[in-house]
Amino acid sequence: MAGPMKIRATAAGGFTDIRVLMTHPMETGQRKDPDGKLVPLYFIQTVTVKLNGRTVVDGQISQGVSRNPVFSFRIKGGARGDKVEVAWEDNTGETSSIEAAVA
Amino acid sequence: MRAAGLLGFAFWILALFIPAFIPTSLAQDSKKEIQRYRQMIAEGSPAELFEVEGEALWKKPQGPNNVSLEKCDLGLGAGVLKGAYARLPRYFKDADRVMDLETRLLHCMTTLQGRTRESATARVFGSADRPSEMESLSAYIAAQSRGAKMAPGVSHPKEKEAYALGRALYFHRAGPWDFSCASCHGEEGKRIRMQDLPVLYKPEHARPVVASWPAYRVSNSQFITLQWRMNDCYRQMRMPEPNFGSETTVALITFLTVTGKGEPYRGPGNKR
Repeated sequence: MAGPMKIRATAAGGFTDIRVLMTHPMETGQRKDPDGKLVPLYFIQTVTVKLNGRTVVDGQISQGVSRNPVFSFRIKGGARGDKVEVAWEDNTGETSSIEAAVA
Repeated sequence: MRAAGLLGFAFWILALFIPAFIPTSLAQDSKKEIQRYRQMIAEGSPAELFEVEGEALWKKPQGPNNVSLEKCDLGLGAGVLKGAYARLPRYFKDADRVMDLETRLLHCMTTLQGRTRESATARVFGSADRPSEMESLSAYIAAQSRGAKMAPGVSHPKEKEAYALGRALYFHRAGPWDFSCASCHGEEGKRIRMQDLPVLYKPEHARPVVASWPAYRVSNSQFITLQWRMNDCYRQMRMPEPNFGSETTVALITFLTVTGKGEPYRGPGNKR
């Protein structure tokens, strides 16, 4: 079950700054549980950012990213009221997304 | 020839001094870097994720009475959250004792929701994989006091009593290592690894602490509360584990908060 996400998008000086928080364990596959068994790989693989439905970031990330990651993006253009959508998909195929209007 | 010799000597002197300077400048650089890192994590804090979770838990009907905590009185009236955290710990007439946020939440869980103390405290300190209900609730409620000045109760006799007990406990040495809180938090300039140890009986040290707890801890991805901090300090001092919401922990939190009062609340913060 995907936990909550949080997003903040602000437009200023011809740029749109997007900051997004994600809930994810981001397991590296290297860690062992208390019983000594490997905790399986479990991490976000792709992150996409859309501005008014147009993909502006199509990113691939890996286990090197911390648990509950925070990302921020600066996108050229964008205005107040534009729709920003951030979505991720992890290596198990689970997805989550959030959208907000640029403030 | 002679001048060259002197110059060479001067270089020698310089060369002798340089290694002595490097550690201090490095220490300053790393301190600056730590500050920069703190600022970066403060700007997009995962504590906000716990706030979202806490809000859902606050509104979720639970316990034998199947009611939510929305009618819980945190001191400003039933269900009032805005600024409530900044006024804690304080004396509560209905319980006839001083309570901090978590103790009050526990009180509401047992009275409003009809849960037993045992079931409500079964898992008060969570893990990264499974945060506890108390932690998420603390994040949500503390966040509603952002910008409010920390103003815990200081006038009721029981509040004064709790402060005095907390102060006494702070300096009271006990346990197999004969430690008190002041053993670590009693002298300026002390650190444990990269963590500066604030001298918590001094207002200037206590203020930023009070203004930023509870907090998200980046190194183990957990949300930590003041009750946890007291519990874990006692563990590190090799003392018997204090009861959750006990007179001892509440007294220490009261002493700390009263010492650091007046600072606008900026939390839930971020810890290394």
